[in-house]
Amino acid sequence: MKALFKRPEALADVVTHYCPGCTHGIAHRLIAEVIDELGLREKTVGIAPVGCSVLAFNYFNMDFQQAAHGRAPALATGIKRARPDLICFTYQGDGDLASIGMAEIIHAANRGEKFTVVFINNAVYGMTGGQMAPTTMPGQVTTTSPKGRDVDDVGYPIRMCELLTSLRTPGFIERVAVHTPQQVVKARRVLKTAFELQRDNKCFTFVEVLSTCPTNWGMTPFEATKWLQEHMVPYYPVQNFKKFEEAPEVNIQTAAEPAKEA
Amino acid sequence: MEKVLMKGNEAIAESAIRAGGLCYFCYPLTPQSEVAEYLARRMPEVGGAYLQAESEVAVANMVYGAAGAGARAWSTSSSPGISLMEEGISYIAASELPAVFVNIVRTGPGLGGILPSQGDYFQAVKGGGHGDYRCLVLAPSSVQEAVDMMPLAFDRADRYRNPVMVIGDGMIGQMMEPVEFKEPKFPPLPPKDWATTGAKGRKPNVVNSLYLDPKAEERLNNVLAAKYEKMKREEVRFEEYNTDKPYRVLLVAYGTTARICKTAIEKLDAEGIPVALLRPISLFPFPEAKVLELGRKAEFLLSVEMSMGQMVEDVHCAMGHEKPVYFFGRSGGIVPSPEEVVDAVKSRLEGGKS
Repeated sequence: MKALFKRPEALADVVTHYCPGCTHGIAHRLIAEVIDELGLREKTVGIAPVGCSVLAFNYFNMDFQQAAHGRAPALATGIKRARPDLICFTYQGDGDLASIGMAEIIHAANRGEKFTVVFINNAVYGMTGGQMAPTTMPGQVTTTSPKGRDVDDVGYPIRMCELLTSLRTPGFIERVAVHTPQQVVKARRVLKTAFELQRDNKCFTFVEVLSTCPTNWGMTPFEATKWLQEHMVPYYPVQNFKKFEEAPEVNIQTAAEPAKEA
Repeated sequence: MEKVLMKGNEAIAESAIRAGGLCYFCYPLTPQSEVAEYLARRMPEVGGAYLQAESEVAVANMVYGAAGAGARAWSTSSSPGISLMEEGISYIAASELPAVFVNIVRTGPGLGGILPSQGDYFQAVKGGGHGDYRCLVLAPSSVQEAVDMMPLAFDRADRYRNPVMVIGDGMIGQMMEPVEFKEPKFPPLPPKDWATTGAKGRKPNVVNSLYLDPKAEERLNNVLAAKYEKMKREEVRFEEYNTDKPYRVLLVAYGTTARICKTAIEKLDAEGIPVALLRPISLFPFPEAKVLELGRKAEFLLSVEMSMGQMVEDVHCAMGHEKPVYFFGRSGGIVPSPEEVVDAVKSRLEGGKS
């Protein structure tokens, strides 16, 4: 008899602590499925962040390191520089990656470190209880923006894909979502591309996953998916920003090799 | 092996490579940037990993990642940079990872200046970052000793699975001295079967410092404390100078300051004032039993430092109230002269204030 649906080997057989309706579970499963499909589990090292997914090392069935807040890309850099033969991915939330870890993510991307970043954007600090994140939507009420995010006071939410796309080096950047079955299927495809590019030692790969946090948004899971579609998708377009191209054309003047005069 | 004339920072870099420290991450900072400059050239020749990072915060975490994957990872910096690394060093200690950090100390607090100092003693030996942990701390007083310490530092980091800090002042980093690269032999090390190298044919390895269960956290703290106790039994290092005959005063000084004290002792000898020196080589563990043993034979002890008085607290702690413990130091990058040390000793002998 053929099994049509089972727990991926790359996921541990444990109960997670995630809230009902939270999309971390979907993202975990997609990553695990892709790693299984590509046969990478036995050479993969995951990096858990600080935030709701801090315990991710308990939920994946593979080697893991747990990082200080925001430093996951630095750990991954260390791992890949020491052991380029390993597969490495960071799993980071919006506070971790877009606030305290901004320097680490930008420079890892700009160096073209050959690991995969899975960036979970749910527009709120989940673990600490619903505070404002750098990705919190304008007007969105959180425990530290009780009257809604005031963009005159704290600025507009940061769009990480767009920010990183302004850099020349990073090779693959795409934003996906997991609030509809159709989007989940697409997200899986994108994650697979990212891990394939890493496996083939091609480029830095970045996948942002628009996610829901029903608990801290104060909504039912269904309301949360609607809110994501209505409020987040227009501001955070779900699309590819950068596709990997072999040997991109180099046309910059360098000190070592000055451009010829036209 | 032949002796070569090398600048301290470059000699440290070469010695680390020979000790297998093939994963180096850095951020430029005076007075230790020559380590990075040397390794930027040298590391590719030996097939190692060299990377200039975006900050010292990132550096320490790159060391964490590489060490967690089983590499001999290390970095160098100077005081303000080490402060930034302390976050990562705390995580490294908690996750029981081996790593080596070299601090070529400059003046402080704050941005301070680029001249030699010993003002980071507290930071180095009392923890440095948050939580209950210690680094094994080694303090060379010559370029040769710094060279000899690098293989030892890597060995002990692996053996204890704990960060080791080599702490030298700007003099050690900038000075040129003839050095010889010895190849010390150490007993075999246990395999790094805890490293995250891919869970092939085994259960997953997790490098982690998160302990939400108070009992588990206390268990970790007990494991770490047992390591530090073992270091206190097995890793105390020091040099005695002029202690083989009666002396009136015991100087306690490490690093460059100890060399100055030796010159001062010669001058005092010439004046008929016998003085001895205890030079701690390991700052943690501190040679407290030796301080007590040698201190008992002196009229008083004088801790000489390039700081406002930091190691003197450990000297005092070791000596208790058995003998007076005094302090003499200069700071701001001013290196005390032998004459100043002579005067400090004499003024105390005469009962005056130094």
